[in-house]
Amino acid sequence: QRCLSLIKSTKFLNAYITVAEETALKQAEESEKRYRRGQPLGVLDGIPIAVKDNFNTAGIETTCASNMLKGYISPYNATVVQKLLDQGAVLLGKTNLDEFAMGSGSTDGVFGPVRNPWSYSRQYKEKSVPKSHSEDKDSNWVITGGSSGGSAAAVSSFTCFAALGSDTGGSTRNPAAHCGVVGLKPTYGLISRHGLIPLVNSMDVPGILTRCVDDAAVVLGSLAGHDPKDSTTIQDNFKLFELPNLTDVSKLSIGIPKEYHAPGLSSEILALWSKAADLFKNAGAKVIEVSLPHTRYSIVCYHVLCTAEVASNMARFDGLEYGHRSDMNKSTESMYAATRREGFNAVVRGRILSGNYFLLKQNYENYFIKAQKVRRLIANDFVKVFGSGVDILLTPTTLSDAVPYTEFIKEDNRTRSAQDDILTQAANMAGLPAINVPTALSERGLPVGLQFIGRSFQEKQLLTVAKWFEKQVKFPTIQLEEVKRHDHGVFQHQKSASFL
Amino acid sequence: MAAAAARGCGGVWRRAWQRGAGGPAPRGQRALACNVRAGAVPAGKSGLAPWVPVVGLEIHAQISSNSKLFSGSQVQFAAPPNSLVSFFDASLPGTLPVLNRRCVEAAVMTGLALNCSINKKSLFDRKHYFYADLPAGYQITQQRVPIAVNGSLSYSLCIDNKMSQMVTKTVRIKQIQLEQDSGKSLHDDTRSQTLVDLNRAGVGLMEVVMEPDMCCGEEAAAAVRELQLILQTLGSSQAVMAEGQLRVDANVSVHHPGEPYGVRTEVKNINSIRFLAKAVDYEIQRQIEELESGRTILNETRTFDSKLGCTVPMRDKEEKQDYRFMPEPNLPPLILYDAKSLPANMNHQQVVNIDWIHERLPDLPSVKRAKLVEQYGILPEHSFTLLNEDGLTEFFEDVIKQTQMKPKKVIGWILKDLLSYLKQYSLTVKESPVSSFLLADLLNHLEKKEISSTAAKQVFAELWKGEGKTPLEIIKEKKLQLIQDQKDLEQICQAVIDGQENEVMAIKAGNRKVLNKLIGLVQRETRGRSNPVLVKQLLEKKLSE
Repeated sequence: QRCLSLIKSTKFLNAYITVAEETALKQAEESEKRYRRGQPLGVLDGIPIAVKDNFNTAGIETTCASNMLKGYISPYNATVVQKLLDQGAVLLGKTNLDEFAMGSGSTDGVFGPVRNPWSYSRQYKEKSVPKSHSEDKDSNWVITGGSSGGSAAAVSSFTCFAALGSDTGGSTRNPAAHCGVVGLKPTYGLISRHGLIPLVNSMDVPGILTRCVDDAAVVLGSLAGHDPKDSTTIQDNFKLFELPNLTDVSKLSIGIPKEYHAPGLSSEILALWSKAADLFKNAGAKVIEVSLPHTRYSIVCYHVLCTAEVASNMARFDGLEYGHRSDMNKSTESMYAATRREGFNAVVRGRILSGNYFLLKQNYENYFIKAQKVRRLIANDFVKVFGSGVDILLTPTTLSDAVPYTEFIKEDNRTRSAQDDILTQAANMAGLPAINVPTALSERGLPVGLQFIGRSFQEKQLLTVAKWFEKQVKFPTIQLEEVKRHDHGVFQHQKSASFL
Repeated sequence: MAAAAARGCGGVWRRAWQRGAGGPAPRGQRALACNVRAGAVPAGKSGLAPWVPVVGLEIHAQISSNSKLFSGSQVQFAAPPNSLVSFFDASLPGTLPVLNRRCVEAAVMTGLALNCSINKKSLFDRKHYFYADLPAGYQITQQRVPIAVNGSLSYSLCIDNKMSQMVTKTVRIKQIQLEQDSGKSLHDDTRSQTLVDLNRAGVGLMEVVMEPDMCCGEEAAAAVRELQLILQTLGSSQAVMAEGQLRVDANVSVHHPGEPYGVRTEVKNINSIRFLAKAVDYEIQRQIEELESGRTILNETRTFDSKLGCTVPMRDKEEKQDYRFMPEPNLPPLILYDAKSLPANMNHQQVVNIDWIHERLPDLPSVKRAKLVEQYGILPEHSFTLLNEDGLTEFFEDVIKQTQMKPKKVIGWILKDLLSYLKQYSLTVKESPVSSFLLADLLNHLEKKEISSTAAKQVFAELWKGEGKTPLEIIKEKKLQLIQDQKDLEQICQAVIDGQENEVMAIKAGNRKVLNKLIGLVQRETRGRSNPVLVKQLLEKKLSE
């Protein structure tokens, strides 16, 4: 209930598309009963969780922030949603995103942009107010990053304990970095995609957003494992683990991939990155520079593979079985065309168009096949580095801290996505697990995060290292001024209301 | 039935190409390979080189399975519209395909039966096009690496429609691929709306691609008939064309010997084997006529209009489509194992073992026929007829088991009497009012010489009425027993001789044929109750006295 009232008081963030107030209260009630009986369903019983609006939820609208699916109520739950509910979690609502998760700002959805909670933090105000003094007070807010910006904002503003995002090119880690939360992209195949409305099937993974690494590990434990409904999930059952408190990192070998020193990387982040490397070095870990030579082809390659799959995946939205249908009824073809023109925004339409171009018979070899080969090379880069004895790669998550919305929209979605995915995207190509750990505040008082990339299915090692790092950097808690006025003391309470 | 199909195209051939049986041997390699009777088709009016027709087939066989290829929905013909549609079949966003093992096994079985090499690793692809009955906007198929490749199918057909002259031919099987069926669209023109039934959407199909090794409708029909029998024997498909479980597209072109293949057309919507023969022959004739009048053949899709008996261009497939093939990312490669590669720790319920399936293949039609010929001494062409009718072989063998009559004689009753009655009343073997038990019973009376074969036919006709009487009851009721008392028979014979002076004179003058007339008269007099052999003996004895 506290979460629900918090959602209301943070409505201006636009983090949620749908708040499932009624069902959430009912779920909470039932959970309470179970606790009273002493029979909770699992560690997540009664825990408030938000889900990105591209996961199917039975009985609750699933829109993908698109006109195409406005009002669409799925008859089934995504496997991850079902698993959460089976554990007694309380589903608070569906979070905002870029339309069909195509974007890196959470600005391109039909329900409007998500505002970064840190825009309203004391930390940001104190440092950035002088600059924006003359401007309209409200115009200075920064973006959340994307495309799971709603989920990141929801976790960051304490409206939920954890949130599900999706991660295809960095869509969980990028907003996590901008919103100062933990964002985990698990290994491809570890968590079922059944019920996640796809962007790029071969790269999509459900992402986990929490306020600390331990929480991420708990949520991961309850979601991971084989799903007969998703043939790309691992066959073995996932073994639950508890994260040890690492005290000794001296046996670790941390790789610093030099290609992640990308053009446009802010000096601030660069400094933070090397500080983090030093942290490991000083603690006795082996820190070595490594090379992932094909990284720079990643974005172009991604563009081809992503748009091709988008073109294919979006073909089902024809207005016949579900979703928006245009009134145009001159012919089936004209109905299709009008439906898709009205249903999709320019970003989605643009990707469909280029994807279909790459898949044309005369282009297939030159684009799609080539991109697949490059993808293999990128994946092999990682195999080689990990084969050489490196345990974990340490990189920045984003090039800079979050930019104000007014800045962000000066560039088009494609340019933005290409810039913003640059450090996160290769992990998706290779299917590797990666995590954003909030590290520090920038000069402007905004969160900055670093990324750890681990070996395939070695989430435990990855999270253990991330937890150690998290402990060292002591990332500050957000101080939300505007909300605090309404809701005194909630944050401190929430923060300590850890279930462990 | 192959024979019926062959009959269907004979007229067309001769009119179009004035072909003569036993003409000169063809020069062109293709013609050599594919012409049954005469070789290459002689030229028409223009008097140029002869034409060689080339026919290839693409056959979609619906897999006989409880559930669909990638979803758990049931498979059933003629269920209420949209009653067998899962979320996946309706392409609800977020749903994923899960491969049905039974469908894979059916394809492996079919591949093995068609002498294919089975790919241990095959892949799935998406084929994109927008159509109302294709909810996802793409079909999942196997474009790059299909499950089975490089096979062959042997089939037989008769020359010039004579059952006694059968020729065995072989068509190469290019590949067998697994793919999804589409739904069905029903166009209501008066209200200008389209209704979609997704019951069929996602049902497993095996697409069998036959190389263009055939040259006429008759061959195409015989090849498809043989494939149909094989599928039904395996149980991998029910292959009932009328229910759309077997659908044939024919690729047809003509060219002169030694020249490259001509432009081909694709004839779709052929829903019976008889129409397949007609459609192919019509299309060959049409192409030759077009070319000989100086026109060209368009690479187009045509449909066979069974009412008009001709092929016409298909309107809604006019535009050339780019299917924008792409690997299906939601399905890992399909891995099959054999005894050697099967990992020891693998759950056997989860893997498909090619060798295991191979060992359990039932006898294929060709083997069954050979066995029938060998075991019962029947003619090869009779073995074809036995297998062509569903259940007839079993009926035949049941009769054999229950009668002392020799199989060679039984087969006559099966093919001449039972089969023609079935045809006449349009019944299947299973629906026959005369069971194998009754027929065997009847044949035993005949074999014991209790009745004549003429009488046996009468009994059969009575049995056909299905009134529940036994042959013996009918024999007694109709007084059909052979006259056992030789004196009675002699008397009747004498009476006939006495009444037919002219005939007796003729016989005595040496015209032995007239004797048959007398035998017939005796038969009539006894209402078929006399043994003709005995009557003949008696008559001869009396006439020589």
